[in-house]
Amino acid sequence: MFCSKKKSLEVERIVKANDREYNEKFQYADNRIHTSKYNILTFLPINLFEQFQRVANAYFLFLLILQLIPEISSLTWFTTIVPLVLVITMTAVKDATDDYFRHKSDNQVNNRLSEVLIDSKLQNEKWMNVKVGDIVKLENNQFVAADLLLLSSSEPHGLCYIETAELDGETNLKVRHALSVTSELGADFSRLAKFDGPDTKLMQNSGKTKFKRTSIDRLMNTLVLWIFGFLVCLGIILAIGNSIWENQVGNQFRTFLFWNEGEKNSVFSGFLTFWSYIIILNTVVPISLYVSMEVIRLGHSYFINWDRKMYYSGKSTPAEARTTTLNEELGQIEYVFSDKTGTLTQNIMTFKKCSINGKIYGEVHDDVSQKTDITKKNEPVDFSVNPQADTTFQFSDHHLMESVKLGDSKVYEFLRLLALCHTVMSEENSAGQLIYQVQSPDEGALVTAARNLGFIFKSRTPETITVEELGTLVTYQLLAFLDFNNIRKRMSVIVRNPEGQIKLYSKGADTILFEKLHPSNEDLLTLTTNHLSEFAGEGLRTLAIAYRDLDDKYFKEWHKMLEDASTLMDERDERIAGLYEEIERDLMLLGATAVEDKLQEGVIETIASLSLANIKIWVLTGDKQETAINIGYACNMLTDDMNDVFIIAGNTAVEVREELRKAKENLFGQNRSSSNGHVVFEKQQLELDSVVEETITGDYALIINGHSLAHALESDVKNDLLELACMCKTVVCCRVTPLQKAQVVELVKNYRNAVTLAIGDGANDVSMIKSAHIGIGISGQEGLQAVLASDYSFAQFRYLQRLLLVHGRWSYFRMCKFLCYFFYKNFAFTLVHFWFGFFCGFSAQTVYDQWFITLFNIVYTSLPVLAMGIFDQDVSDQNSMDYPQLYEPGQLNLLFNKRKFFICMAHGIYTSLALFFIPYGAFYNVAGEDGQHIADYQSFAVTMATSLVIVVSVQIALDTSYWTVINHVFIWGSVATYFSILFTMHSNGIFGIFPNQFPFVGNAQHSLTQKCIWLVILLTTVASVVPVVVVRFLKMDLCPTLSDQIRQRQKAQKKTRPLRSRRPQTRRSSSRRSGYAFAHQEGYGELITSGKNMRAKNPPLTSGLEKTLYNSTSWIENFCKKTTDTVSSFSQDKTVKL
Amino acid sequence: MTWSATARGAHQPDNTAFTQQRLPAWQPLLSASIALPLFFCAGLAFIGLGLGLFYSSNGIKELEYDYTGNPGTGNCSACALADQDRAPPLRCSCSWYFSLPELFPGPVYLYYELTNFYQNNRRYSVSRDDTQLSGLPSALRHPANECAPYQRRASGLPIAPCGAIANSLFNDSFSLWHQRQPGGPYVEVPLDRTGIAWWTDCHVKFRNPPLVNGSLALAFQGTAPPPNWRRPVYELSPDPNNTGFINQDFVVWMRTAALPTFRKLYARIRQGNYSSGLPRGAYLVNITYNYPVRAFGGHKLIVFSNISWMGGKNPFLGIAYLVVGSLCILMGFVMLGVYIRYQDQNDEDEDEE
Repeated sequence: MFCSKKKSLEVERIVKANDREYNEKFQYADNRIHTSKYNILTFLPINLFEQFQRVANAYFLFLLILQLIPEISSLTWFTTIVPLVLVITMTAVKDATDDYFRHKSDNQVNNRLSEVLIDSKLQNEKWMNVKVGDIVKLENNQFVAADLLLLSSSEPHGLCYIETAELDGETNLKVRHALSVTSELGADFSRLAKFDGPDTKLMQNSGKTKFKRTSIDRLMNTLVLWIFGFLVCLGIILAIGNSIWENQVGNQFRTFLFWNEGEKNSVFSGFLTFWSYIIILNTVVPISLYVSMEVIRLGHSYFINWDRKMYYSGKSTPAEARTTTLNEELGQIEYVFSDKTGTLTQNIMTFKKCSINGKIYGEVHDDVSQKTDITKKNEPVDFSVNPQADTTFQFSDHHLMESVKLGDSKVYEFLRLLALCHTVMSEENSAGQLIYQVQSPDEGALVTAARNLGFIFKSRTPETITVEELGTLVTYQLLAFLDFNNIRKRMSVIVRNPEGQIKLYSKGADTILFEKLHPSNEDLLTLTTNHLSEFAGEGLRTLAIAYRDLDDKYFKEWHKMLEDASTLMDERDERIAGLYEEIERDLMLLGATAVEDKLQEGVIETIASLSLANIKIWVLTGDKQETAINIGYACNMLTDDMNDVFIIAGNTAVEVREELRKAKENLFGQNRSSSNGHVVFEKQQLELDSVVEETITGDYALIINGHSLAHALESDVKNDLLELACMCKTVVCCRVTPLQKAQVVELVKNYRNAVTLAIGDGANDVSMIKSAHIGIGISGQEGLQAVLASDYSFAQFRYLQRLLLVHGRWSYFRMCKFLCYFFYKNFAFTLVHFWFGFFCGFSAQTVYDQWFITLFNIVYTSLPVLAMGIFDQDVSDQNSMDYPQLYEPGQLNLLFNKRKFFICMAHGIYTSLALFFIPYGAFYNVAGEDGQHIADYQSFAVTMATSLVIVVSVQIALDTSYWTVINHVFIWGSVATYFSILFTMHSNGIFGIFPNQFPFVGNAQHSLTQKCIWLVILLTTVASVVPVVVVRFLKMDLCPTLSDQIRQRQKAQKKTRPLRSRRPQTRRSSSRRSGYAFAHQEGYGELITSGKNMRAKNPPLTSGLEKTLYNSTSWIENFCKKTTDTVSSFSQDKTVKL
Repeated sequence: MTWSATARGAHQPDNTAFTQQRLPAWQPLLSASIALPLFFCAGLAFIGLGLGLFYSSNGIKELEYDYTGNPGTGNCSACALADQDRAPPLRCSCSWYFSLPELFPGPVYLYYELTNFYQNNRRYSVSRDDTQLSGLPSALRHPANECAPYQRRASGLPIAPCGAIANSLFNDSFSLWHQRQPGGPYVEVPLDRTGIAWWTDCHVKFRNPPLVNGSLALAFQGTAPPPNWRRPVYELSPDPNNTGFINQDFVVWMRTAALPTFRKLYARIRQGNYSSGLPRGAYLVNITYNYPVRAFGGHKLIVFSNISWMGGKNPFLGIAYLVVGSLCILMGFVMLGVYIRYQDQNDEDEDEE
């Protein structure tokens, strides 16, 4: 037995089943899952190698090497090695813990047990030891950790049902069948392992996860490059200065500053000085910057994990920041791409309302005769009298139950139809409870509704349907099954009841069904149409319901024609479709159903709030257009107030282009249409658009389906699409493949330079989650693929609001403040050396003590700015949620950008000037209080260091807007630490031990007792800080930001009305709109009538099985044709259900 | 694969102020009621301080004399000429005559000032061995590499004290003579050459190596003085408490200056009749001219100065305080103006609403 499969690398794979020796020749990968990177031995070398690949670390290593050259070394080696070792150790520890958890999870998967046929015996084997070619026996509800080929199963015809929750998040069961050759082999359910370990379909598809970086990161890279350029410039200036100095002054200074002439000249000296200054000035971008950023992000991630307001008690799932490096990006989101099912909706369908024979049920009428939605005060109907009732079903209108009791024949017919016309399979569980296996949740809702109202679908065979009608078992003969498809948009069954009457029951889209009605239905039609509009207006998914009485003779003729048609070789489908059309006419309208595709809690509010925050939400769904539109209305993303809703549903590139062009014309008016569609003017056009965008008034929406999207994503139309889509308030893409989801995200990401966020719950969202800047997985569901690929996960869509508006905004705000301060601080700290260069013969003499340089960034000033970066808040979380407009600065990149950077830099330069020239002026030829000279190098250094620490501490105190205990401790503590370390290092004791390392002995005691020095420090501090205070004060008075205003109000503790904050409108429109939506897959009708999915031990009541067995191959072919997945491919971690 | 979301902390997060970011916090706002008074107060205080500093600085008397000996600047020119191109230069003396019309209030400090002398040059300022200077016997004969090329003599003898700083020790000396009556004899004014260095420098940082047989000279046996020195280090002063590494002139010199123009304390005048200052009369400073500065365009000055509560003469600090104080007040008015306008506007806005 051979099996082969085409792969990109290996053309085919030849496997002998159950022959390990033979298969070993090919050296296929084993089935061990390796996601870990290191083991104990390789950890150190690999990790160090990886770490030094990072530019920053390599740069600091380079600096360290420079410092070891005595001619260049202007700083002792420990100034660099201490922070570098600290950083490398911290990263290594983090990597090690990460890898430890990966090892743990790998082991968990690898050690799961499976039954493998070895030496003609079934043996328990760990999944990691399963080899290619092994035959595996699986039982019900087992996990699968390899790609398998189904050989046979205990089900008839080699069928098996699998759940692919871990792949795509869908919990429906999918049918797979064995190859017909192997299906008869045995009753035991066994499979052949085909691809193992890293070769599995899942591992192959998961691809390399792209390393995501935030836009701040990218900006930082640019800035760091600029800073290096700036450094080099400074270095060159100082090097030239040094050459000139050595030439003019130093040359004559040889009496005192001897060097061997001839060996060195002034140019060479300048060259060495250049490197020396590079070492000294490198503190502009200290290593601690990168570490601090990581620490801050980690802190923010913990706050996300800890947030109880993002904890879903229903599934006891807290929010989780799975990536700790992207937090501030959450504060800059412009586009949200959302999946529908499982994300916006709960994937739960509930039977909400119905209209039977012109009467509406499921609605409560007030005295004012104003219709309101079902509210809690209305007791739900008690179904306990019905022992078969599904307890989870709730319905609030007692009228319907009463009508059932009164015996309204139309109501009976309606419910009978719901119980008969569907593709649901029933089974009884161990407790004797009736369980429905549904392949479309809509149908499930309808059948369950009928069940609770007394029309219980009990069981089916290929030929019959048994229904318990108000306590009596009735078996209907299933004569024909007119299956659903996307063109027909309806399904029908033809049954013969025990009385011998033949009836056609049909349900489907109102627009389609209403055309098929008998003329006598006119009045009812108007009434029902109104009801349908009402249902649709509430965002419910509607179906129209109708029946037709058929007479025996007519049916027999028709049936004969159908049988003839199905044996035809050509045009078979067309003929059958025609016959279906033919019998589905003159229908009698019964009414309509309205099923609610239940939205997740708080979706509407969240969407409204995010829209106010200027975040555009695009829905990308695999669902069909109607469903997607429906949800759009249900979420208030689409409203009838919209000026226009463009629907792009063309099937060819030309059509799509034309539709896009028309939509744009509509949007801009005719005058601009001439230039549309030309890629040549792309650039100007995009610029123009941004202008036009401002002038577009009114709300537009764009709905585009997968087919059109494929054409629209082609390069020449892409811009039109983007342009149009970005001007619409709402964009809904339906019927899109996972790849298209990613393409749409990429499109916006690349051409709009906007920060994107993708949120989804299934494996079909993985690609989009991975390609968006931020990917969010909905957790707490069975499928984990989305969560595993995501950067953040939480259980409910509504938490997105808090994640973005509170955590994201704060993170961005804090990170920006942190960066501004950090650059300011280090410019102030470092540039003093530059000014000093002009007074020390450009000799790369440092202004400060070496120890101060070592400790300044990692000890004296690190904690206060970290505390600000982690804890600062401008406005409270509640206000952040109440005023979504506060989010805008993040989107517009206002808090940290190149301009801000230059401001920080200028601020730093100003401070460094004040720091250097005030002591310079004050120390010039000045004696101290005791008459001893004060302008010695060491006192100068101590004065400047102390001024610097005080100035930057005062500055951080000004910047901190939220002083928690921690901030107090860190800020005061840092200043205190500075002084205690200063006095320790200048103490006699430590000098006695290391005289060469601590030459500043006695300096602190001597200098810091001089009034003059304190006067200098005070003056320096005030002179550096006053301009900042003035600018901030004037800014707050002249052009206060929204955040300033809210802070003031917050301070005033006044309860004010929300500022420009419009609450979402709760009113829903009720214009005529078809709410038809039906999540149904074609092909199930045939499956049912063939009986393939029914167990043999459920003996058919009639002898239909033989007949259907006869054409068993044909339905399998059809089924294969209609299902998009490859039949035999399985991937890791699906639950198998038998 | 269910470990990631649930295995770790499936429980509800702790409800603490810390985890929920609800820590009680002080949220200061830069409001007018705080900023404006602060600015005015700070401004006034600074102006007050500035005036105080300015006047006390102005009250300080300073008398300086450039004895570099550039041609035509007095009788040190001869020495300067003799000094040219000779290192180490010849012993040469010159003098500076001056007269005080009134009392120069004490205590009076005598400084020497050098200009254009780059004690802060990195290669210069690292050229020392603090371990050697701290009197550690092992380091005495093994000077640090930083001292090179003044680490060892050509003979291989280690230099003590090693390094460029020590080698360039300032070796001019001064004596002050006072003529009480015109035409009368000059009487030498006692100069207190002790207490001119920091206590920690003389007692902690600089220590002589342990005496060998009670002799400092023996302790330094096997070392050589720096090339520019005429005497070994243990003969810097006849006073045994002021010689060797703890010689105060040496200690003062070794505390390198931050700027290329600097003053170093030479002596204090506080003894006998001169404790209250230098009385009026004619004076003569006798200068032993040794130190070559003209080669690098430097100047040597001799300075008499007294000090006030905040130290020596320093007009800069007072003026800087005055400027900053005035700016504070000016800014205060600007802010006040803006604030009042803004308030009005704000009120109007609220009325409109």
